[in-house]
Amino acid sequence: MYEFNVHKPGSVADAASALKGADDGKFMAGGQTLIPTLKQRLASPSDVIDLGNVAELKGISDEGGAVKIGAMTTHAEVASSDVVTSQIPALAHLAGHIGDPQVRNRGTIGGSIANADPAADYPAAIVGLNATVHTNQRSIVADDFFTGMFETALNEDEIVTAVSFPKPEKAGYQKFPNPASRYAIVGVMVAQTGGQTRVAVTGAGPSVFRSSDAESALASNFSADALSGLAVSSADLNSDIHASADYRAHLVGVMAKRAVAAAT
Amino acid sequence: MVSVSMTVNGKAVTKDVEPRTLLVDFLRQHLSLTGTHVGCDTSQCGACVVHIDGKSVKACTALAMQCDGVEVTTIEGLANGGDLHPMQAAFREHHALQCGFCTPGMIMSAVDLLENNADPSEKEIREWLEGNICRCTGYHNIVKAIKACAQDMRG
Amino acid sequence: MAENGIGAPVRRKEDKRFITGAGRYTDDINRHGQAYAYFVRSPFPHATLNGIDKAVAEAAPGVLAVITGDDVAEAGWGGLICGWMVHNKDGSEMKAGSHPVLAQGKVRYVGDHVACVVAETYAQAKDAAELVEVDYGPLVACTSTADADKDGQPQVHDDVPNNTVYNWELGDQAAIDEAIASAAHVTKVDLINNRVVPNAMEPRAACGEYDPAQDSFTLYTTSQNPHVARLVMSAFIQIAPEHKLRVIAPDVGGGFGSKIYIYSEECICLMAAKKIGRPVKWTGDRSEAFLSDAHGRDHVTHAELAMDADGNFTALKVHTKANMGGYLSLFASCVPTYLYATLLAGQYRTPQIYCAVDAVFTNTVPVDAYRGAGRPEATYLLETIIDQAADELGRDPADLRRQNFIKPEQFPYDTPVALTYDTGDFHAVLDKALEVSDYSGFAARRAASEAKGKLRGVGFSCYIEACGIAPSAVVGSLGAGVGLWESAKIRFSHTGMCQVLTGAHSHGQGHETVFAQLIAEKLGVPIENVEVIHGDTEKTPVGMGTYGSRSLAVGGQAISNAADKIIEKGKKIAAHLLEASEADIEFKDGNFTVAGTDKSKALGEVIFEAYVPHNIPQGLVEPGMEEGAFYDPANFTYPSGTYICEVEVDPDTGVVTIDRLVAVDDFGVIVNPMIVEGQVHGGLAQGIGQALTENCVYDSAGQLLSASYMDYCMPKADDLPNFEVATTKTVCTHNALGVKGCGEAGAIGSPPAVMNAVADAIGTRISMPATAEKVWRALQANKTSQAAE
Repeated sequence: MYEFNVHKPGSVADAASALKGADDGKFMAGGQTLIPTLKQRLASPSDVIDLGNVAELKGISDEGGAVKIGAMTTHAEVASSDVVTSQIPALAHLAGHIGDPQVRNRGTIGGSIANADPAADYPAAIVGLNATVHTNQRSIVADDFFTGMFETALNEDEIVTAVSFPKPEKAGYQKFPNPASRYAIVGVMVAQTGGQTRVAVTGAGPSVFRSSDAESALASNFSADALSGLAVSSADLNSDIHASADYRAHLVGVMAKRAVAAAT
Repeated sequence: MVSVSMTVNGKAVTKDVEPRTLLVDFLRQHLSLTGTHVGCDTSQCGACVVHIDGKSVKACTALAMQCDGVEVTTIEGLANGGDLHPMQAAFREHHALQCGFCTPGMIMSAVDLLENNADPSEKEIREWLEGNICRCTGYHNIVKAIKACAQDMRG
Repeated sequence: MAENGIGAPVRRKEDKRFITGAGRYTDDINRHGQAYAYFVRSPFPHATLNGIDKAVAEAAPGVLAVITGDDVAEAGWGGLICGWMVHNKDGSEMKAGSHPVLAQGKVRYVGDHVACVVAETYAQAKDAAELVEVDYGPLVACTSTADADKDGQPQVHDDVPNNTVYNWELGDQAAIDEAIASAAHVTKVDLINNRVVPNAMEPRAACGEYDPAQDSFTLYTTSQNPHVARLVMSAFIQIAPEHKLRVIAPDVGGGFGSKIYIYSEECICLMAAKKIGRPVKWTGDRSEAFLSDAHGRDHVTHAELAMDADGNFTALKVHTKANMGGYLSLFASCVPTYLYATLLAGQYRTPQIYCAVDAVFTNTVPVDAYRGAGRPEATYLLETIIDQAADELGRDPADLRRQNFIKPEQFPYDTPVALTYDTGDFHAVLDKALEVSDYSGFAARRAASEAKGKLRGVGFSCYIEACGIAPSAVVGSLGAGVGLWESAKIRFSHTGMCQVLTGAHSHGQGHETVFAQLIAEKLGVPIENVEVIHGDTEKTPVGMGTYGSRSLAVGGQAISNAADKIIEKGKKIAAHLLEASEADIEFKDGNFTVAGTDKSKALGEVIFEAYVPHNIPQGLVEPGMEEGAFYDPANFTYPSGTYICEVEVDPDTGVVTIDRLVAVDDFGVIVNPMIVEGQVHGGLAQGIGQALTENCVYDSAGQLLSASYMDYCMPKADDLPNFEVATTKTVCTHNALGVKGCGEAGAIGSPPAVMNAVADAIGTRISMPATAEKVWRALQANKTSQAAE
């Protein structure tokens, strides 16, 4: 790690001003990606602004039609939350399969989506469940949030404060993990929410994407069988030592079917 | 330098450290608690697992300054005086360690598992250990020890 | 059996410190005034080293020294060595190339050691390492094992043409060709034995110290063989005379071969310590381990197995290319030759065997012995080609093996590849494995899997290994630079407390318990009164260390022989005290007794007399009770076993799940069955890892792609099944303990069992590791070819 200055603001407003005052500041949520990145010397921020003391960013609430999750809520808290397990079990399942138990005890939803790792699980939940991302500046709808590999619509000084997930009628998430890192090689969230069907794929491409073919197949018949003829193009999909683009394309179909079968 | 205060194994400690100091280095170098090990640099191996406020975390993936005000338990603080924690005893009884390097993290992780799930199945144990790598045992006896410990602790 | 003696599943004495965090590994040791080292490593796989400008780094905060190859040359040090001479087919010596401690003129793999920065803190050393300006002249890299010796490939060492270290052979090629030409059936395979990374969980570390008053060095290091480290550093690298160099390997967190070798880092820590007059510590991180710990395996092989019309093996011909990496590591040359080709008889009566091995340099991390070392490669080859033969002949794979087994009455058995198996019963092992695995129920289990849409396969592997390394005269005649005996010393105190000093080194094997059990068995001393001391060249006078499943079969036998000397001396004293003839004294359960009487003296009383010899006549014995022994084995030991694996394959994803893995081994006499089972479990996990998940991948430019746990897939708890292990016993005939060794068996026997099971499930042989995508692709290809038929 290179040297950096540290700030421990107690509010979102203080955090934002700490960033403004820094040459090249970086917010830190749970740190489960940022700290390894710093250790590998792949980033060299002048200042790290630790959001750990910002109480207003924590907590899970049932807002009637939606479940609202504070940005600094850990994956373990989401996975074990009564509200989430009862209202959106697919989301609890997803959160309970991120990384490993220790990562889940530190890593947060806000940190994960702000980082926008192409192989992270949460992007599939944001897009598949059509969530709204709240920040200290505005609210961003799911389809506008992820803009590319490690890219989001967030401004430099914008802090994710919470994410609202509309309660789906049915949703399911299945992932094919990278055997080494356990990130998603392919993760698929399928959901029916307010009569709309969404299929969001993470891990396979440079950023989370929706499969319109799968969505239209499921719109009329929300069953694994409806996806039998689904042909996923491997163009634009990722290829690495763990999985080729062709194999990822194939897995999108398999995981989508399994997600539908698992949907509750 | 930043000042960091926390309770480690029941003792209050305060130290001035560089902001870039990892919790694991704080424990090993500033407090000479060398039972917590470092086996990788990508947060996967789990040799560094300790408890922060009762939950297992990777001490290599937390900055000391993030841990201001928390309670940390390391492998050195797990036994109650001369009495081994049941998980420590189970690891010995079931030969769940060989070189011993992953063992502290493995035990701290296993203790947290039983906090969350008093009666885990073999599958649940194996899934929980996703963040702990052992190169010696093939995990067979680790799983056995955790299962036996769970049974003992349930009584 | 003595209490806690041979055969007892004694809980380990060493565990208390490990489960309480009180273990003392190298990085846990902090010396007063210690500074920290960090190494500048080559980012290029192959480049000329045109110059190093260290001025900026030297001026950086906290920096105490920057050491480069020039400093090493100036000190007059020798290079790192390969300790085993292998000869070419024409009798000429192999070409080892140079292996400088810090790069000279050229770098030869990503991670090669270029310079060392020493600073007040680790962070400062690492910060300053980025300021060392190295002028590299990048060259095209040679990375392919199969192509490295072809014309036109980049030359890794200028004095090693065609990157060829040696062309070695064993056997009579003309006779083999004739046997193959006249065979009723010939099975051919082309195999890759994938490169893997040992990955002991404790990364390597070293702390060097220099004492100007004594002009002597102390090195704390993660070593499997501190005495070998001292010998090599002294005699070859010429760091200091042996008596001026103390090497301490404290608790070591696993080795699996990778901590046998002498690496640059520990040598430079010593140089730096002398230079700055303070202890210097280096602790590697995992990324450095991937780039600098010796890797394992990496063979490309073509083999042909000839059979007569009845399926009797008549000849085996093997041609292997073995990748040595960028330099020839300490034992690298013997791994694909004397630890490989000599095992190609396996458990079978194959009368004629020929093996040719071409060892090649490439621009990759050096390759050396990794758990099993040569023997897993031999077993994988043999057990694959036999399985393939069974497929081709439509034979049950177990039956074809059994038909060709060496029969129990044929021992001792001279193989055509230079070994003499002293003992074994392969039929009994196979029978037991079939029983434990419920082989007869396989068809029903396969049907049940199919009913839920899964594919099931069963795979066999019948391995034999040569371990208990090794008879010195034999290995000497084959090119070894050292003897491979072991030493032991048993030292009693006035009060009967026992210290056992051994040259073996425990880094997980449980020597502190097992060797105490030997003392309990032989001398009747309670194991809590026995302290096993190892890992310090100043405490144990000499030793050869731990590898090749040798600690018990060689080191344990040395202890046993020293115990015999204790008994012999004790008898003289007891006879005097009991006023009896020495010939009438019997020793049993810790007591010297006059035969046929109840007159006896306990060992403790005899020891006290030895130290307080007020009543011992001059000349009867020397005072004290301390005896030593060296043991040089007469032969290798030959553990053998049958492993049976059943896998289930998900055809939708290609994911392979191991449903059961049965390992039945013949380890001879077992001292601690609990520890033996643990050794088997660990070996199985590493073998399964190689078969299913682990793969060390370089791109064609020479960059390591699987360079961290994000990409190198270590087997985790949910990748592995519970193992079913059992043993049979034929007693080793040439050591008195009757032991064979168990440390490597699991890693040797399991890969072909897993891969044969996968092949049985999917109908295609694929290369290791059988990743989900590879399996899925094979299934797709099968579908396509079936559709075409």
